[in-house]
Amino acid sequence: MTFWLILTVNSVAFGGLLFLLSAGFSLIFGLMRIPNLTHGSLFMLGAYFGASFMLGVGGVQLNFWLAAILATALVALLGALIERLLLRRLPGDALAQVLVTLGLSFMAADFCLMVWGGDPINIETPSALVGFTRMGPAAFPNYKLAIVAIAVVFAVGLWMLLDKTRLGAMIRAGVDDPDMARVVGIRVSRLFTIVFALGAGLAGFAGIMGGPSLSAYPGLDQDMLPLALVVVILGGTGSLLGSFVGSIIVGFIYNFGQALLPELAYFVLFLPMLLVLIFRPQGLFGRHIL
Amino acid sequence: MSGMSNARNVALVAALAALVILPFWMPGIYYINVASQVLFYAIFALGLNLLVGYGGLVSLGHAGLFGITAYATAYLLSMGTGHTAAILGGLVISLGATAIFAALALRATGIGFIMITLALGQIIWGLAYRWISITGGDNGINVKARPAPFGFDLGAPNEFYYTTLIIFLIALVAVTIFVRSPFGAALKGTRDQPRRMNALGYHVWAIRFWACMLSGLLTAIAGVLFVYYTQFISPQTTSLTSSAEVLLMVIAGGPATLLGPIVGAALVVIVKNVVSGYIERWNFLLGAIFVAIVILMPEGLVPGTVRLWRHGWRAFRRRRSITLAGNAERKS
Repeated sequence: MTFWLILTVNSVAFGGLLFLLSAGFSLIFGLMRIPNLTHGSLFMLGAYFGASFMLGVGGVQLNFWLAAILATALVALLGALIERLLLRRLPGDALAQVLVTLGLSFMAADFCLMVWGGDPINIETPSALVGFTRMGPAAFPNYKLAIVAIAVVFAVGLWMLLDKTRLGAMIRAGVDDPDMARVVGIRVSRLFTIVFALGAGLAGFAGIMGGPSLSAYPGLDQDMLPLALVVVILGGTGSLLGSFVGSIIVGFIYNFGQALLPELAYFVLFLPMLLVLIFRPQGLFGRHIL
Repeated sequence: MSGMSNARNVALVAALAALVILPFWMPGIYYINVASQVLFYAIFALGLNLLVGYGGLVSLGHAGLFGITAYATAYLLSMGTGHTAAILGGLVISLGATAIFAALALRATGIGFIMITLALGQIIWGLAYRWISITGGDNGINVKARPAPFGFDLGAPNEFYYTTLIIFLIALVAVTIFVRSPFGAALKGTRDQPRRMNALGYHVWAIRFWACMLSGLLTAIAGVLFVYYTQFISPQTTSLTSSAEVLLMVIAGGPATLLGPIVGAALVVIVKNVVSGYIERWNFLLGAIFVAIVILMPEGLVPGTVRLWRHGWRAFRRRRSITLAGNAERKS
């Protein structure tokens, strides 16, 4: 009984983390149609930057939350630079975008290996989240509960941003009809940079939030990118609800698969994706056909 | 133009001759082995180029198909199966996997196809890595010996090179015939105008499916040669990096050309062998080459060089005719 409960809590918490990761991917892919293969690298960079700020850079050590904010900002800035300097030159050319982002992901992976070496770097759980919360007979780790709470807050926040604010309306207008949006005075190119930075920042934030349970290690990027892909294919592109539900489903399959069928964990993980592709190619909540 | 194609034919015959007598002018076994690598990677790249260049379908999971063949062959050999049966088994298993791969990935085109093949490639990588009872996990599978058909011992570098060369030439001729056949034209049609092709009565899905199968067959042949060459297979071979390397061969050389992938394969294999001899930063360089090629020479090195060459030739002719005209004017 306890075994199943722990597995369930882990699954939901991992789902929350996946939402933070894949919401950014879905945003960039769904809105701008850019298949951003650096997304796993941005996640890994978030984890490494955060770890470095906590361990101390230039003699200054930051606590977890300050490190998280700074790492997120740094990764968002990196995302904005990638969009401005490279992806901007390749509008609508999916193959070129794939190749450039793939190339960047290799460069990022090698850069991390060069700077931080091959050994995993642990990230301390923030002190406020160390304990457990008792609910009836079970005890839940505060850190995992916090991730779920943060994911829910971000989900609501993103939904409000895209559906209820002026900025969200401008973004949607810029995506649906860029020429018309320009005519009515929306600066579409700047909006795209903002969207890309936002998506990148979300990935970086997910990286450091996942740090205490995953730690930062070489290959983290290649472990996380396919998960983001599966979530987006499962949930449907361009749908926040899809990302959220997809993340929780993948969180469950991932944890239960690892625990029950370790040898076939990957296969079990990708199986539902294949089923969705066969029976509902646009994803569970998708609007466009992929 | 006829002068151009004559020069091209001469260059091709010279290249072929150089390949045939390669073991006599290469300074050592190491280089002959590198040449063998170039050839089987060229087969792999020719296979991928059928999809990327002629079909407009970019696969990021081809290293998975390559790996499946190599694993299947190595596994059958480790079970004590003979070489012929192991090779045939590897090819059949790989073609089965390709059919599944194609059926799933062809539910989409464009970005969707890329994403699905990426995910499928990762599944194969995950299985290779985790399904230890079959694949040996990180330890991989060793292949004890290369075959020796009719007393022709492929264990020796020269014999292996010539076998690879013959298979490569057959593959090249087959791809050339295919590309110039009505089927090849139809494939290019589905790349450029899928809806029009559909309206004309072509079965777009079937054309793409059979292109995938042909691509898978070439990939599988390259996979068998690879596993006999290295006599070892590990999950690294099926990783995204490996898929990206072969895609780089196609893109760097020039997609939708016959020679591009071969030049690309030579370039990548040689750079990789040279670089790994000096520094460890191969992945960084690989990434940087990707970015540079896409930004600077998106059509690939072979068409790019041809363009520059023609451009230069035309500029030269123009300048000469202007000077001639100027001289004629001065005389009159």
